[in-house]
Amino acid sequence: MSTQKTILIADDSPAMRSMLISAIELLGDYRIVEASSGFEALRLLPREKVDLILTDINMPDINGLELISYLRSNSNYLSIPVVIISTEGSQKDIEKGKLLGANEYLVKPFDPARLQVLISSYLCITP
Amino acid sequence: MSDHDTSHKAIKEFLAEAEEVVEQLGSELADLADMADSGELDPDLLNSIFRGAHSLKGLAGMFGFTDVSELSHNMENLLDCLRLGKIGLEKGVMKVLFGAHELLTSLVRSVETGGAARGDEIAACVALINTCLAPPAEKQPVESPLALLGLPERVLGALTEYEEHRLLDNLNRGRGIFNVHTSFELTTFDQELAQVSDALKTSGEIISTLPSMGGNMETHIDFDLLFGSTCSLVEIQGLMGNDSSVVTFLGRAGSKTDRAAAAPSPSMIDKLSSEDAAQHSVAVPLEPTETATMASFNTEDTAQSAKSMSRTVRVDIGKLDELMNIVGELVLAHSSISAIAIRMRNEGYSRVAVDLSKSAKGLERKLADLQKGVMEIRMIPVGQLYEKMSRIIRKISREQGKKVELKFHGADTELDKLIVEDISDPMMHIIRNAIDHGIESPEKRLSIGKDEKGTIRISSYQKGNHVVIEVEDDGNGIDLDRVKAKALQKGLVSGVTSLSDRELLDFIFMPGFSTNENVNEVSGRGVGMDVVRNNIAAVSGMVDIETTKGMGSRFIITLPITLAIIKALIISCAGRTYALPITSVMESLLLTNADIKTVERKEVIQLREHTLPLLRLESFFSTTRSTESPREFYVIVVGVAEKRLGIVVDDLLGQQDIVIKSLGESFKRFRGISGAADLGDQRTILVLDVGGMINETMKAGN
Repeated sequence: MSTQKTILIADDSPAMRSMLISAIELLGDYRIVEASSGFEALRLLPREKVDLILTDINMPDINGLELISYLRSNSNYLSIPVVIISTEGSQKDIEKGKLLGANEYLVKPFDPARLQVLISSYLCITP
Repeated sequence: MSDHDTSHKAIKEFLAEAEEVVEQLGSELADLADMADSGELDPDLLNSIFRGAHSLKGLAGMFGFTDVSELSHNMENLLDCLRLGKIGLEKGVMKVLFGAHELLTSLVRSVETGGAARGDEIAACVALINTCLAPPAEKQPVESPLALLGLPERVLGALTEYEEHRLLDNLNRGRGIFNVHTSFELTTFDQELAQVSDALKTSGEIISTLPSMGGNMETHIDFDLLFGSTCSLVEIQGLMGNDSSVVTFLGRAGSKTDRAAAAPSPSMIDKLSSEDAAQHSVAVPLEPTETATMASFNTEDTAQSAKSMSRTVRVDIGKLDELMNIVGELVLAHSSISAIAIRMRNEGYSRVAVDLSKSAKGLERKLADLQKGVMEIRMIPVGQLYEKMSRIIRKISREQGKKVELKFHGADTELDKLIVEDISDPMMHIIRNAIDHGIESPEKRLSIGKDEKGTIRISSYQKGNHVVIEVEDDGNGIDLDRVKAKALQKGLVSGVTSLSDRELLDFIFMPGFSTNENVNEVSGRGVGMDVVRNNIAAVSGMVDIETTKGMGSRFIITLPITLAIIKALIISCAGRTYALPITSVMESLLLTNADIKTVERKEVIQLREHTLPLLRLESFFSTTRSTESPREFYVIVVGVAEKRLGIVVDDLLGQQDIVIKSLGESFKRFRGISGAADLGDQRTILVLDVGGMINETMKAGN
């Protein structure tokens, strides 16, 4: 039985995704699923057993807030921790995200170490 | 070490993406400017531009490119004000946006090349942007009409500021706000939702798309679309043609009275809408209003780009080059296997030799397929270039107050990616020239009986192993008399010489030659047509001009389809071996000295009804010959576009596939050489640049 955890990254920027991936890879052995849009994330969710979601807000089709609103209204995904990674960083934006049910809010540019700490705290690998 | 590699890779990825974003920003800004001229702005386009600047800011910030990040941040601010309707799209604003985009482009470029700090330019640009920004608006009345709609907290909470603004804007325009609830199977929801969205967009604006819980969440997903439209509930339900969707009227601004009263109660809506849906299997015909056609045009666009996003892979061209090199080396390895098979047969192992050469044949076929496959990956449609061109053309013609219509033909003609990139600057220059010197002002055009709008036609097509790109304008053409006068003034010709039109046109490609007295902003950038010709020659291409006074000019650029692997004729001359790209070889002749005539101290031969100028490689490259010239020798007739030249060589050594490798920057200035190739037997030979040689000879002829 594998204990490998899965992280879903939803961001329309490939360079951003690969930056996140390299930060995660340094951290440990996680399985990473990539979505380049909100729709792709919606499609992937029922198929993958996702343990943590990192999402951008500004994406084509549906935005990250809409994605979170859906996650939090669906009992299957209700408990998956969600970290918003966005360029929008006003207090209002952060409050809005948290109100919808995001667990954490990282404002770009952020320190990759901060992300690593967050991931470890949500997904600590038990031996 | 590995850390450094990762960051290097990351920067490359950043650049690839940033360049793409900047490119798209540019063409969308041009679209926006067109729209600004016509009055009606498309909110989707404005939002898309905003998103571009926004993602660039985030991306550049993450990668530590503060210049790019800061500038795009300021652009984003301005665009945000625009899309939120805080300021109008005045001519001045558009100009500031174009200026900022230009600076942004060069900033992104200098990330790659490592240019000097540009703090001052950025500060100046940001200052300009700030002058456009709206003064902080007085607080809007707190009583928001949104409250009137009675939207659920869940919907309201997920609206971004922009979506809120769109909602308000729709209300302000007196449109009704509807909620369209639909349910789809999880496996196909994106296509089905796209269909519904497309149908809706023909008669209104989709403000937000919110996924929600469906009946069976294992198999289905539901969506609530917030939709603004002037249509009635029944009409919208008719548009859907889908009985699983439920349309609810939410409200309309300032209409609590009649309309709200007329709106059916929620319980009635459900009943009504499903009945309606059953009856309205045919969509209600709609007046094709301007906004409707615009909206549908845009949906098509976005649908297309979304598709290409999921079906294409972005590959670093360097990786393809590597692959190509490997293919090249495989081809060489194959040649040596074939050689071994022949040797074995000669040495008496005939049975094994036959088997080996059979396998080698099989390998050869597969190699050819592989080579073709890799080659095809490198090919991109010329249309990608057109987009860039159209932006430039619109920008320049706007700046110059000239009216120019663009016509493109053959956008799907394919060319090697590297050639497309290298050709873009020279083409841009030709186009700048055409607008600046070619197309007349609208007043002048009208006065001489032409349409006030000038036309620039760019067409491309394949012609044998070459791709031809033509840039044609219907302006005033090139004044050959002035060219002649200028040539006289510069002492390039003596007064009495009679020159053909073609020879006169060739002067245009001389360094520092310009018939235009007043150098202006557009073409007067110190880059002349000589640079254009050299750039095109660098990718083994040629450029020709045809012009008719008063009617216009046509620039004809002839390019090889690919640069990577080519078939070459291997020749020897004065003890040295060279390769000639077979695409430019027309024929070869075996001649003796008696066949050569001398005209005006130049060697020529008579080839059928034409006189063919000759070029001797040893004198071209100033090499010395250690042995006597052979009595019999070959003349290779080479040609690019309409020009022909005979190259005198000692011997033909055969045909071979070669992989051309660049000699690098330091050897770029050597005339007549386009690169080097490995022959597979540890020998490296030079590849001749036929276009360059032809040009040199023609020039020397004058």
